[in-house]
Order: sequence, then structure tokens, then C-alpha cells
Amino acid sequence: MSEKNEGVTAETVKKIARLSRLHVEPDRLEFLADEMNGLLAWIEQLGEVDVTGVEPMTSAVEMAAPMRKDEITDGGVRDKVLANAPKTEAGYFVVPRSVE
Amino acid sequence: MSDLTKLSLEAALAGLKAKEFSAVEITKAHIDACMDAADLNAFITTDFQGAMKSAEASDAKLAKGEGGALEGAPLGIKDLFCTEGLKTTAGSKILGDFTPQYESTVTANMKADGMVMLGKLNLDEFAMGSSNETSYYGPVINPWRKDEDLVPGGSSGGSASAVAANICLGATATDTGGSIRQPASFTGTTGIKPTYGRCSRWGVVAFASSLDQAGPITRTVKDSAIMLQSMAGYDPKDSTSINKDLPDFAAACDKGVKGMKIGIPKEYTMDGMPKEIEDLWQQGIKWLESCGAEIVHVSLPHTKYALPAYYIVAPAECSSNLARYDGMRYGERVEGANLYDTYERTRAEGFGKEVRRRIMIGTYVLSAGYYDAYYLQAQKVRTKIADDFKQAWEKCDALLTPTCPSAAFAVGRKVNDPVTMYLNDIFTVTANLAGLPAMSVPAALDNNGLPLGLQIIGRALDEETVFAASSALETCAEFTAKPEKWWV
Repeated sequence: MSEKNEGVTAETVKKIARLSRLHVEPDRLEFLADEMNGLLAWIEQLGEVDVTGVEPMTSAVEMAAPMRKDEITDGGVRDKVLANAPKTEAGYFVVPRSVE
Repeated sequence: MSDLTKLSLEAALAGLKAKEFSAVEITKAHIDACMDAADLNAFITTDFQGAMKSAEASDAKLAKGEGGALEGAPLGIKDLFCTEGLKTTAGSKILGDFTPQYESTVTANMKADGMVMLGKLNLDEFAMGSSNETSYYGPVINPWRKDEDLVPGGSSGGSASAVAANICLGATATDTGGSIRQPASFTGTTGIKPTYGRCSRWGVVAFASSLDQAGPITRTVKDSAIMLQSMAGYDPKDSTSINKDLPDFAAACDKGVKGMKIGIPKEYTMDGMPKEIEDLWQQGIKWLESCGAEIVHVSLPHTKYALPAYYIVAPAECSSNLARYDGMRYGERVEGANLYDTYERTRAEGFGKEVRRRIMIGTYVLSAGYYDAYYLQAQKVRTKIADDFKQAWEKCDALLTPTCPSAAFAVGRKVNDPVTMYLNDIFTVTANLAGLPAMSVPAALDNNGLPLGLQIIGRALDEETVFAASSALETCAEFTAKPEKWWV
């Protein structure tokens, strides 16, 4: 992992925050970059492990993904679905305008 | 009548069945104890009215000689399990007054078995933490105290604190990197994380789906067996649920360890670990030997890479799972200048610092250009860690290790140093990465009078051996210490 050891910059944090949909004030970017670099420096030791020919683990238990019939088993519960919404109107979610 | 809050779950269930006391009586005793213990901040939401109603229903069943495996027992539920009609917060601000319209499978199983639910227990926000200090609802305080307030461990800190303080007979918990076993060790309680897939994750707020697993925290090994029997079982609504019959966990507790091979992994030690933990481990070896177990030395060479691998895999899964909190369909919304601004402000204000940190790290390690170097590498290291265990199982039936590298520490001491905080889970996280069952048993008090636990790790699906070895440790350790009651 040493090849991309240039570290996280304020610019990277800005990009990651955007991807994460987290608002970050500009004066916090440097601090967060330092913090991420601290964690990543500790994580870098994974690069020491020889993983030649090793398959990545994708499941904690050895089992095949179960199959089920593709059929409707639930539904007709509009009011329950809406029960915790911050804003609703006439049986719909109300969300900010996304197309101008 | 003796103090009903001091009973084990096993003794309480027997007393209820024999009508020595009623469900209403034992529930009332626990409600009083809960109200006295407000300083521990163990609960986020209580439901004493609901508890009394359930207790009355349990008494009606018990009077007819009916009732389930937990009939009339007052228990607590970690506030990560969705409970129909009762606010569920995951310890976060972002969920607001979220009131589930459905019940998690685990709590549905327990309710069907007659549990009396006292309320929802405090936890680290979205179960991310090792000290219960990241909760939006404030830190939980450990009933064990040494001149200052101590953390109960985390993330299931409310569960551990409540069980240690005798305000619940037992509690549900969840364990992603040690969140059942580390708080159990810090509070002198017992807890098991079963094999991944034993307990359904349906209706449990997700943190890292390939690692999350529910289990109980109780005061005895047998109590954990009784609770797990009710919590676990196949659930078609969770595609990682194991479709196998459950063994009789309580019966397994009495099997003994004669002829059992117990492995001692030499890597389970760390710089700066107190000598008393090392000594306790040696004592544990002697205890199991004296019960007829054979001790074998094994090596798990990739142990030291488990935590760094975990801190890639868990944040990656967290960043993906927590993408759903967008302020549109449930939870709190903070209005911004436009849709994206609304998302960003909702999430920045709704999530706490540790959760935001993990989302950012997770997003980074999954982002273009870094996926192979970080995430793929971590998943390969995870395979190596699982292979270490497979090789150990050729020589032994279970492993004995310390649960944690330290006893409980003071509130506020480690909260600003993530790596130091993460090191708490160094001995517990391997079992999550490999999906194995593991249990913490209280074994001794340290020089400061604080509890320390020992851990038993077993093969996948072999909780029976874990219960047998843990029971043997419990019998030898004769751990009966309780915290001095300061909180009333």
C-alpha cells in the first residue's frame, strides 16, 4: 500500500465529505485531514501481509445465498411507511425540489 | 421476600414457575431499582407501563401453568433493536423520535417467550464505540467505581451497566468488534456473541452487516444460554441467518471440559498490558486444567492485523449502511439551500463525531483508486485471520484468552484518541472477522478492585463447547463480587 502514501489533503477531505454527504466547514478540513492521516498511518501496516493467491473474504459464514420465490409478501401499509417521515402530504413524502 | 433483583435469570424463572412470587412483583422490584439508578444513565427510553401490562399477562399465563421460556422475566433491550410502537434511537440524534412500525425478530422471539421489557438501553451511537461515550444521550456510567466515574465499555454499555447494577435480570446486546464481551468484562457480567448468523439481524439497526451479531449480557453463563436460546433461530427475513436447529445451550453448560483441548494463542498479549491480566490468563489455564481439560499452545500469527483490517471493513460497511439516513423518509431533517445542502446539513448535525469519522474513512477506502489498496487488502487479510483459526481447530476445541487488555477506565480519558480507544477490542475483534462464537466470563478483580474477564472462543456453530468451557471457568473463578451501591 506504500505506493499511494502521499496522504490525505484538505482537498481530499472536501471530496470525501461531498461523497459522504456530510457538511464540513472549510476551517475544519485541515484538522480532519490530519485525523484521517493518523488513522491511515496505523492501518498501513496491513500492507506487510503477503496475500498472494488469497481470496478476499466475502461472507462470515460459509453458506450459499438462499433463493426465494419472487413474489409480493408485504405491502398495503402506506400509513406505516409514512409514520416517521419529517414531512408528508396527502399520503406522500414531501422532499426538497430536486429538478429546477 | 428476598430481594428479587438479586436473582439470576434462571432462579427468577424457576421462582415464577413455582409461584414463589409473581411477575408483577418481580417487575415492580426491577422498576423501583431502575428508578433508583437514574445516575447510571443506562436507559434511553423506559416503558414501565408496558412492562406492568406484560407482567400481568405473564401472571395470567403462569397461573394456568402456561408460559414461554422467558415468561415474566424483566429484561432490557439495547436501543438498536426495533420495537414496535416504542421509540428506537440507536443512540443517535439523527433518528429523532423514530418509532418503529415493526418488531425486530430477536425481540419478537423474546416477546413470544414471555419477556417483560423494561425499556431501551443506552449504547454508543450506532454501536460505534468502546466506552459508551459516543451516545447522543450521554455516557453510561459503570456501577463499578474507583474514586471517579468509569466507563462501562461499549457499545453495549447500557446493557452491561444495567445487568451489573441488578436493574434488569438480563439484557440484549450486539457485538460488531467486541461490543458484548468488552462491556461484560468491564462490568463483571457475562456475555456471548454467538456464531455469525445465529441471531437474525432483521430489525436491528445496521452498523457493519458482515460483522454485526446479537447476543445476551447476563449475570451467569447459564442465564446467557437461556436468553440466547430465545433470541436465536432461523429467520428467512435475514439472508445470512443460519438454517440449522439450535442445540440445547443450557444443557451444554453442564457438559464439563474433561478431555477438551483448550488452545492458548501466544499472540493474545500486548505491550503495556497489566501483569495482573497476564496472571489471570495463567490462572484460567490452571482452572481449566484442574477440571480435566488438556492445554495446547497454538499460534494465530495474523492477530495483530485484525484491528487494522476491522477499521477498514467496518467503516466501509458503515458508510454504505448509513447512507440511508438522508432526512427524507424518517428521522430529523435540517433544511438547507437545496436538496444536496439539506442532505449534508441533516447528516452533519444528526451524526456525532465518531460516526462522521467512520463514514468518512469508509467512504475513502471504498473510493475510486483506493478500493484495491485498502478494502480488498483488508478482506484478504480477513481470510488469513479466518485461516489462522482453522489451523488452530486442528489442534484444539476452543481457545482461552483475556477479554480485554485493561480494566474499565475513567470517563473522558480516551475519547479524543481514536487509535487508543480502538485497541480495547484487540482480543475480541478476531472472532467477529472470522464469524466465531465467543464469550466473556468475569474471572477476578484487579488491584483496584475492578472486574476482569476471560474469553472463550469456539468453532463456528459450536456454542455448546463455548458454554461448557465458560461454565467451567465460572465455577472455578467463583466470581461473586458486586459493585458497592452508590447510585441511590
